[in-house]
Amino acid sequence: MPFISNTDQQQQQMLEAIGLTMDDLFADIPDELKIKNLELERGLTEQELQVRLQALSGKNSTHLTYFLGGGFYDHFIPAAIPALAGRSEFYTAYTPYQPEISQGTLQAIYEFQSMICRLTGMEVSNASMYDGGTAMYEAMMMALRKTRRNKVIIDDSVNPIYRVMIHSYTQNLNIELDETKHSDGRANRDAILEQLDKETGAVILQNPNFFGCIDDFTDIAEAAHEKGALLIMCCYPTSLGILKTPGSMGADIVVGEGQCLGLPLSFGGPYLGVLATTRKLMRKMPGRIAAETTDGEGNRGYVLTLQAREQHIRRDKATSNICSNEALCALQASIYMSLLGKKGLKDIANLCADKASYAFDRLTAVPGVKARWGKNWFYNEFVIDLPTDATDVVSKLIEKGIAAGFPLSRYYEGMDNALLIAVTEKRTKQEISTLADALEAIL
Amino acid sequence: MKLVFEKSVQGRVGHEVAPSDVPTSIHLKEEFLRDDDPALPELSELDVVRHYTELSRANFGVDTNFYPLGSCTMKYNPKMAERIAAMPGFSDIHPLLPQLRGGGMLTQGALEVIYDMDIALREICGMAAFTMQPMAGAHGELTGIMMMAAYHRAKGNKKKTILVPDSAHGTNPASAAIAGYTVKVVPSDDEGLMCLEVLKDMVDDETAGLMLTCPNTLGLFNPHVKEICDIIHSVDGLAYYDGANLNAIVGKVRPGDMGFDIVHLNLHKTFATPHGGGGPGAGPVGVCERLVEFLPVSIVVKRDDGTYALEYDRPNSIGYIAPFYGNFGIVLRAYAYILMCGKEGLPRIAENAVLNANYIKEKLKPYFEIAVDKVCKHECVFSASKQNEHDVHGMDIAKGLIDEGYHPPTMYFPLIVKEALMVEPTETESKETIDGFIEAMIRIAKKAEAEPDELTKAPLTTAVGRLDETKAAKELNLADVG
Repeated sequence: MPFISNTDQQQQQMLEAIGLTMDDLFADIPDELKIKNLELERGLTEQELQVRLQALSGKNSTHLTYFLGGGFYDHFIPAAIPALAGRSEFYTAYTPYQPEISQGTLQAIYEFQSMICRLTGMEVSNASMYDGGTAMYEAMMMALRKTRRNKVIIDDSVNPIYRVMIHSYTQNLNIELDETKHSDGRANRDAILEQLDKETGAVILQNPNFFGCIDDFTDIAEAAHEKGALLIMCCYPTSLGILKTPGSMGADIVVGEGQCLGLPLSFGGPYLGVLATTRKLMRKMPGRIAAETTDGEGNRGYVLTLQAREQHIRRDKATSNICSNEALCALQASIYMSLLGKKGLKDIANLCADKASYAFDRLTAVPGVKARWGKNWFYNEFVIDLPTDATDVVSKLIEKGIAAGFPLSRYYEGMDNALLIAVTEKRTKQEISTLADALEAIL
Repeated sequence: MKLVFEKSVQGRVGHEVAPSDVPTSIHLKEEFLRDDDPALPELSELDVVRHYTELSRANFGVDTNFYPLGSCTMKYNPKMAERIAAMPGFSDIHPLLPQLRGGGMLTQGALEVIYDMDIALREICGMAAFTMQPMAGAHGELTGIMMMAAYHRAKGNKKKTILVPDSAHGTNPASAAIAGYTVKVVPSDDEGLMCLEVLKDMVDDETAGLMLTCPNTLGLFNPHVKEICDIIHSVDGLAYYDGANLNAIVGKVRPGDMGFDIVHLNLHKTFATPHGGGGPGAGPVGVCERLVEFLPVSIVVKRDDGTYALEYDRPNSIGYIAPFYGNFGIVLRAYAYILMCGKEGLPRIAENAVLNANYIKEKLKPYFEIAVDKVCKHECVFSASKQNEHDVHGMDIAKGLIDEGYHPPTMYFPLIVKEALMVEPTETESKETIDGFIEAMIRIAKKAEAEPDELTKAPLTTAVGRLDETKAAKELNLADVG
């Protein structure tokens, strides 16, 4: 095995130097517990492994045209991202507890935090969470700790995948989760405002929401604040190239899935969760945080800070059990944002919106297909109603090499014919036409 | 180093967005649009490449330096795993695909990886089934405790407390508390092991379970581990194995055989996935037969026709703890590592990890006080107490090592050792590297006696010197918002 450096002879030399045998080193394990036989294959050589895994990867389709989103998108990834994030000084490094030899990771985190603030209109950000869903859960816990309340209102236009996660995480906790049912594809204002009371700790909303619909939550933020509750807003980072920021709407905590910022889909991970907030709440923020400071000579440098809230110091009193972040993914996102810059992110966002708009027109022109909600209310993803079951239609289109979208019936009752369609900058006019034609042919 | 924003030049572009092939239609209502552009830096691709390359050079990584970081297990990460993770057949598949009818057949390779990894980990750990969903070790802990709670709920048990040894990783008590339990701390005895007698006294009907690392954070294997699990089981409690230190015993003994009901693994520690400067990790969790029904959904199953499918219909499952199937890219790298190690390779991991640690312990014993002078497993804990006499602290030793070209050991942990320096060489390092480290440590020990003041100035070879952490915490400059 090429990863073990010591030769048998060296092992022997070392054992002799300390006057022990290999058996002595494992003598503290009771014999009856020791493994008699491990039912595994012999180790493969690198060449054998490559052949085996190449074949396995070939069993996954790479030839689909994706109109499948649901919070996770097929965006283009510039080549500089894997090239830079693949530098081993980044990817083989440890959590930057020793700042003098971790300035690369630390400065990259500080810059990531800064970029997330600039994108979302918030004042502080952490170094990332596991993913958008865990970020939402952590934000909720943070809001409840801050307000010392236990009631949460969440609209069902928030990504259902995240909502089911929150249900799992709160099973053993005394938290009341009130779900409001969306209205016309958008957050149900009337129901939210009606339910808001002095026990409400947090309102959780998403923009663009799971249906791709966009909104302005300024009024809900005001109403929440009046009752002493906090507004948690889940966002889609790419859309913030053009959309109004959560900060400007008065959101207290912003979360989101950062996969769209230059990370491959990779069958569900690794991704990164975004979590940003106001200075007022920063001490309640979970996870790693980098801060600027100076050394003895006055040179600028970066360190991890506010660690007294964390598990390695506070143990069972910590604000979160998370002891790390998705540093390498945050680095990829930072490189993406640096490459695209001010103009590029706006261009991407406009391109996604334009292409989605074109797809909307093209698809709703197919006989039998209807727009479910208004056209000027969505960003890059929208819902159409088919004359028949959407699951069947998607299944037929998959055979033609098109992942046509996400049938909403999986998470929403009474929406059997509704199909959620995502369009990124990678989808061409031709591909959109192919989808429309294929749809027309099978309906 | 300049910040990326300080290098920005108005009008520069680092990535040109493809031209549009559809008509531009401003269909979005004005009221929904932001009135300013996001203030991201404006740089050419070369600017960006130089910036991040410059940053990378200010970092120690395993490829550049020896990382004897106790309990964090920073070993060599084989390059092959990166190549595999980058194969388009793995990196370009949408996680919702298998949830579409007909989509499962287009992701058979990925589902097979998850299924096979489950089978391999069952065998390695002696458990009945694994979930790959937890996205880090601590996330695995929370998942494990949530399953523990589900088990007790299903049995109608009224349990409130989880026992954790005083030498435990900080995530253990944090995870237990976050899942809604009260934590009680079990003290260690003079030998550094959990006190059996005290444990017996502490266990009662309210005990939901125990979280144990074995070998523990002093690097010691507890020979009474089976008895400890039996004590917990006697009150219908569950024994949780913190698998952070599994690489010390992999291929030698299995947590399931020791009596544990739940196990989490930190894939980067035992199966060599990169730490990434703090993540991404992956923390699969294995359970014994009676807990299988509580595993998170979804589960990958193999059908009679040999194809793989996702199963969701599991009424007693704790539900979703991740949006999809965990950090698939990391699981994949670890899977590749296990295939390369195979049945003969895994025990060699443990043998070399343990040999390297004991060799360091014996060689440095005359120079540094050792926390417990017994055969250790994969890590050994020293105390800087001898050096304290010269007013040199663990921190100074750590910083002195940086000037010697080594990443420092873990400092001030475990909490039960004064001025702890926790050294874990790992199995991948050679005798030459380890001898070099030992010599550096000896030089530092001599320096601590002869010129203690010099050591307190270290490091002198890095881009920045010792940074003012108090100032950082006081001023809290966490972002440059322009």
